[in-house]
Amino acid sequence: MHTDPNTTRSADAAPDGPTARGDARIHNIGYRSYSGPRLGRSHGRASLIEHSLRGAFGLGRSARSKVLPMLLLTIMTLPAMIMVAVAIATDLNELPLEYTRYVVFMQPIVGLYVALAAPQMVSLDLRYRTTPLYFSRPLERSDYVTAKLAALSVAIFVFCALPLVLLYAGALLGELSPSDETVGFLQGLAGAVVFAVLHSALALLIASFTPRRGFGVAAVIAVLTVPYFAATSLQWIVYDLGSSGAVDWIGLLSPGTLMDGFQGAYLGGATDFPSGIAPAAGGAGLAYLLVTVGLTALCSFLLLRRYRKVGI
Amino acid sequence: MTAIYHPTVARLTFRALLGRRRALIMALLPMLLLAIAIAVRALNGADDRAAATVLGGFALAAMVPLVGVIAGTGAIAPEIDDGSVVYLLSKPVSRQTIITTKFIVACAVTGLFTVVPVYVAGLILNNNSQQIAFAFTAATAAAVVAYSAIFLLLGVVSRNAVVIGLIYALVWEALLGSLMPGVGNLSVQQWSLTLAEQIAASGANVTSTVSLTAGSILLVIATVGGVWYAGRRLASFSFAGDH
Repeated sequence: MHTDPNTTRSADAAPDGPTARGDARIHNIGYRSYSGPRLGRSHGRASLIEHSLRGAFGLGRSARSKVLPMLLLTIMTLPAMIMVAVAIATDLNELPLEYTRYVVFMQPIVGLYVALAAPQMVSLDLRYRTTPLYFSRPLERSDYVTAKLAALSVAIFVFCALPLVLLYAGALLGELSPSDETVGFLQGLAGAVVFAVLHSALALLIASFTPRRGFGVAAVIAVLTVPYFAATSLQWIVYDLGSSGAVDWIGLLSPGTLMDGFQGAYLGGATDFPSGIAPAAGGAGLAYLLVTVGLTALCSFLLLRRYRKVGI
Repeated sequence: MTAIYHPTVARLTFRALLGRRRALIMALLPMLLLAIAIAVRALNGADDRAAATVLGGFALAAMVPLVGVIAGTGAIAPEIDDGSVVYLLSKPVSRQTIITTKFIVACAVTGLFTVVPVYVAGLILNNNSQQIAFAFTAATAAAVVAYSAIFLLLGVVSRNAVVIGLIYALVWEALLGSLMPGVGNLSVQQWSLTLAEQIAASGANVTSTVSLTAGSILLVIATVGGVWYAGRRLASFSFAGDH
């Protein structure tokens, strides 16, 4: 489909126009066009996903970049191992913490990981102006955005699911009730999927607004934690004043409490809310479902819009 | 004896801290606090427990450390990051003076964005009933000084100052502090909370895990030690190799 690399357009073929001089010629200095297979958009997208996913755990990067993700992953899995050890050593009938509660319990660690991984994925491309290089390939802008979203979602999911797998394996080895454990484990995985997709859309959107990594990290952390502290404080106040119905609605105001309430309503039945009661699946729980889906969609849409302009 | 304050360094640091987006992020947090305070007061009226929950659970636990990280590391880390600190260090100003000046500026900026809003929020929430507003203002002021010293030191020592500072503030103090009481012995939040515990009336339900003497001694040690060691590190600051 392309010209044969050996064909040259030298002065030999030049027409004798009015401006052509007899001794003018363009030397063939040996540039050759690519004649190998063209792998196309989908391959580019897949490579970008793989590259970003590896980068999120520091693989293929310097040893210094591996330290923090691996340290956080260790901190994330350590309590799971301790729980399994305790459950087996003391002959418990069930794990000390349910699978869905584990991610909520470790949320500060997951938040830190998200805050580290998201700016690393997009801010550096903006800072070192590598996005124009991506966009000069067959890759479309939407491909770039979806690839980054997919990579960060998978990274967060792996980060959250690894301790759950450990818990599940430990529970089976410790001969806890297999049917109960399997149901809980699957609920935990489903929660982790929703958690990962929501957080990747939110964090990438924030990170795409700054080319500076430090700013991105601080901004993602701030957006994840400040509303969380604000929402939990308000929940306690409302609970103290005796209107536990309002507790559910305040929980919609931060990503952390949103995930907590969502899992409580559809995947288990307990929350960290002051009442300890999950929103009902039909009533307030429906609001949690809608806000979760809506927020994810809104962030993804804004991210796509952002990349229509940025990065040229 | 070297000077403690250098006006030009202070002016440059103020400008770096209060310029552009950094100031916006720092201003958002106190505005959120005031918004919460107004909302709680409007919905429920003055209530001491609500005041203690908002000021302790949001202001002192989340807002003060976050503003402290932004201002404390922002006072020096960006300069080291982009290399412009060379021009500052090549001037005939003692590096200890540079650190003390930047420390004072960081305290002033953090104080502006935390101490004042905390007091105002306290007044809005319950008119300083049981001295709660005043107690938390004092605690915030103490925390601001210690956080500024610690995060300034982090900014000199590490390139990942923001991340490490946030890990300390959120994981160490918030997560581990609530699980293991012993962590409170090494937590600025608890050290300053002990001041609030002393000032607030006993019915206000403000408690800290450390005693007043321990808390104040540790606060002083953290502040003085942080500033002193940051000065030492800056004095032996070298540009070779790390690039």
